Amino acid sequence: MSLWAGVLIASGLVYSWKLLGHLVPERFVTSPAVRSLAALVTVSMLAGLVGIQTFASTDGIVLDARVPALAVAALLFYLRVPFIVVVIAAALIASLLKLLL
Amino acid sequence: MSTEPQSVKTLSFSVGLATGLYGISFGALSVTAGLDFWQTMALSLLMFSGGSQFAFIGVIASGGGVIAAVLSSWMLGVRNGFYAIRLAPIMSLPTILKPLGAQLTIDESNAVSLSQEPDILKQRQGFWLTGIAVFVFWNLLTACGALLGSMIGDPADWGLDAAAGAAFLGLIWPSLAKSKLLVLAVVSAFTATLLSAFVPAGMPILLTAFVAVAFWLVEIVRKSK
Repeated sequence: MSLWAGVLIASGLVYSWKLLGHLVPERFVTSPAVRSLAALVTVSMLAGLVGIQTFASTDGIVLDARVPALAVAALLFYLRVPFIVVVIAAALIASLLKLLL
Repeated sequence: MSTEPQSVKTLSFSVGLATGLYGISFGALSVTAGLDFWQTMALSLLMFSGGSQFAFIGVIASGGGVIAAVLSSWMLGVRNGFYAIRLAPIMSLPTILKPLGAQLTIDESNAVSLSQEPDILKQRQGFWLTGIAVFVFWNLLTACGALLGSMIGDPADWGLDAAAGAAFLGLIWPSLAKSKLLVLAVVSAFTATLLSAFVPAGMPILLTAFVAVAFWLVEIVRKSK
């Protein structure tokens, strides 16, 4: 398979998931049980992403500059600091720690 | 997300910009992996799902071949289908807008919409504004990254990896006020992290869905008692 074919086929396949979810019959997805499952799965996957983005690396699970950065981010969210400020603060802390360590 | 809730517009714009910055590293890594400028742009415009895009170029860069790259990006895209199932009844899109809404169904647009619960209108607004903001910034900055290429160096040096984790934490933060969801989130983050050491990239996130299903079953059993 050429690289171009791969790019286009993979894009189509990824899109098919997105479209499929929107085309599931409404009477099925509006049942309270299904909605509650979809909400739980969303929280679960996004929390999974937080874990992966903070601890995972190509060398396995590591504790590096990202961990204190996330801890500060959690504290700032708790203190109700605006979203964008927290994200920038996390990036600054992680990049500074990487320079120092 | 604050005592005086930020407007959905501000939040969507912030999320779009923060995610877009990650697009610089995608563009740079993609051309380093051996894709040309237009192949890189095709991924950001057409695939438009960060996790799947990074998986695709990651497999190519590691010499895994095109078919393996296609399969891993496909698997990583499954979660967008779950997001779409959550979003469909909230958005109640007319058929003509479904193809467009589907393309904008990604981690960030779904998460901002989730953070506006239970207000339906704000959830819809959050979805569209974030989807469009991320699409614009992600593609503009992918182009910058692809043009600058290896001059940028490792995105981790700029703390962008930590920024991504912080951004997702911020988006689920309002949900964590419910103790049930807080427990679910902690267990899911722990499970995904642990699994990342043993299973291929992308699988840990999918497997967290089973954690959600387990919580869901417990909830149903409790209610039926």
